[in-house]
Amino acid sequence: MSNVDLILPLLIVTPILAATLPIALGLWFDRTGWSVTALTTLGLFGAASYLAAEVYAGGEAVTHELGGYPRTYGIQLVSDQFSMLIVLLVTAVALGVLAYTRQGGPRGNTFYTAYLLLVGGLLGISLTGDVFNLFVFLEITSLATYALVASGDGPEAAVASLKYLILGTVAASMYLIGVAFVFMATGTLNMVELSTAIPAAEAQTLIRAGFAFIVVGFAVKVAQWPLHTWQPSAYQQAPDGVTPLIAALVSTASAYAFGRLIVTVFEVEYLAAMPNAAAIVLTVGCVSVLAGTVLAVIQTEVKRMLAYSSVSQFGLVIAAYGVVIADGSRTALIGAAIHLVGHGLLKAGLFLGVALVAASYGARTVDEYAGLATERPVVAGSMAVLLFSLVGVPPGVGFVGKWYIGLGAVQAQLWPVAAVIFLSTMLTLAYAARLLEKMYFTPSAAADRPHAPDPVATDGGDDGRDGSGDADSASREPGAAIAAIRGESSRDPVSTGMVAIVVVAALGAVALGFAGGTIAELLDPFLTEVIN
Amino acid sequence: MIDLLTSHYTYVLTFVLLGLGIYMVIASENLVKKLIGVNLFQTAIFLFFVSMAYIDADGASAPIVPHHGEPGEVMVASPLPQVIVLTAIVVGIALTAVGLALIIRIYAEYGTLREDTLREVRADE
Repeated sequence: MSNVDLILPLLIVTPILAATLPIALGLWFDRTGWSVTALTTLGLFGAASYLAAEVYAGGEAVTHELGGYPRTYGIQLVSDQFSMLIVLLVTAVALGVLAYTRQGGPRGNTFYTAYLLLVGGLLGISLTGDVFNLFVFLEITSLATYALVASGDGPEAAVASLKYLILGTVAASMYLIGVAFVFMATGTLNMVELSTAIPAAEAQTLIRAGFAFIVVGFAVKVAQWPLHTWQPSAYQQAPDGVTPLIAALVSTASAYAFGRLIVTVFEVEYLAAMPNAAAIVLTVGCVSVLAGTVLAVIQTEVKRMLAYSSVSQFGLVIAAYGVVIADGSRTALIGAAIHLVGHGLLKAGLFLGVALVAASYGARTVDEYAGLATERPVVAGSMAVLLFSLVGVPPGVGFVGKWYIGLGAVQAQLWPVAAVIFLSTMLTLAYAARLLEKMYFTPSAAADRPHAPDPVATDGGDDGRDGSGDADSASREPGAAIAAIRGESSRDPVSTGMVAIVVVAALGAVALGFAGGTIAELLDPFLTEVIN
Repeated sequence: MIDLLTSHYTYVLTFVLLGLGIYMVIASENLVKKLIGVNLFQTAIFLFFVSMAYIDADGASAPIVPHHGEPGEVMVASPLPQVIVLTAIVVGIALTAVGLALIIRIYAEYGTLREDTLREVRADE
């Protein structure tokens, strides 16, 4: 295929254009949002898989110059081995979460418009080859996220969203100042052009200042301690169907963009020569790892606990970037890439599980999870697999990422980083074990679940609805669908499909763990290009 | 020092504005004023981009090339920063709109625009 590069702009334009459809069609029809979004997301996933096959088989990046303008003053879209990983993650998670929202999530055409805008922005972040264009897509993603967070019930969601908006905008503006400094010194915005122009630039101070601003901007966007304060309340207050999406993708895309700027734009060799660059990135990452896990351990709300856990997991990725800068370590970069993808999948699965439990029992705190294993063994089992994988128990994908990052740190003789990874694993086990203990070893007491919606009992109790009785719950599906149409979603909104998605996420986390070596091989051409 | 200030005064003004904007975001208790601070912060960056285009090309005119001009006859400022600032302005307007919508919702629910009062109201609930 000679026109394979046309897929790149289509991947970005299709969701953004399709985002207008749910609202436009909503003028005539009531429930078109889900079908339009499902079709678009499915198409995006197919196109992304096809593109990925081309990129990985060809061994070289597919590029597209928008409007035919050369990259020196036009915008270039690039899909190489690194960005395709994120594109696949975005489209796959978007598809999975979308399947969940059919029964469980927020409904309404405006929700799906924001959903498609978010997916378009995320794909834009992953595919753009232009630092200013990256800012625009960061802001499109952020805008959609603010809207999705604010769509939660109650005024608390609006407060969380406004906090996120103010911090996120200042962060994106910091990044923009960084871009302005770098542009001032070099006169170009294209990533590939910048990589040759930056070392050759006369005003090196400008570039250093630019890098400093970019680090601060991304530290907020990726939610690094102490700039993470927007993140837990945003994750907690967002609707249950939205949290898996933003937790898995929004910070991941920002972290990817930061890595892309480090390895492709500034380049490892240049940053290694820049005084303190490696030390600063390493410190930010390591401190976040520890602070995030400690804060997660003391939380009582499950969603908040998982949100703080994201702070620490992204700290690991940033620490890996620090190792890459300090030592030019290929292993650490592989680790960062695997951990980004793996963590995205893990968090999507865990938050879907949390949403499912909240939908059926209204359980939100760790204590309310007591006895979940006996009532919903499949969900509890999947969440246990995901939690173990998050801790880093092999063969989960969390282990593979940590292993590569730790190996890179040891090869680089950065013992403190290796120690931090080990310590954070212990602390992660502390909060994961707390939840596991409640689910498996604490019998449920009625008093433990004060928010349990009582109408559950009216349609036959909740035993046998756990996926083990598939036929049983399938027979109830028409009733659930009718209830959903009437808007009585509180009755028992958990369908087999929703359970199945959590199971698929758990299986995916284990499967990706085995695929760690394959991902490392796929990334090889990219690594050879960016690290000598 | 004086030389630098007279030739690069736009940069100085820009960074004064940046400082004012971020100070408003941090220090003001009023949510609307916070949002205005964010706007000021962004606008300073836009002005930074625009002034950057002019100072590099000393004595340049606006980037509008006359129809029958000889190449190189007129010195123009770099149009690229000005064009990308246009995009950034659009993004900024969208952010302001979303922020104001959120503030309206917060005001409708809590009946206050002040952050300290808001904190007290939320702590009571």
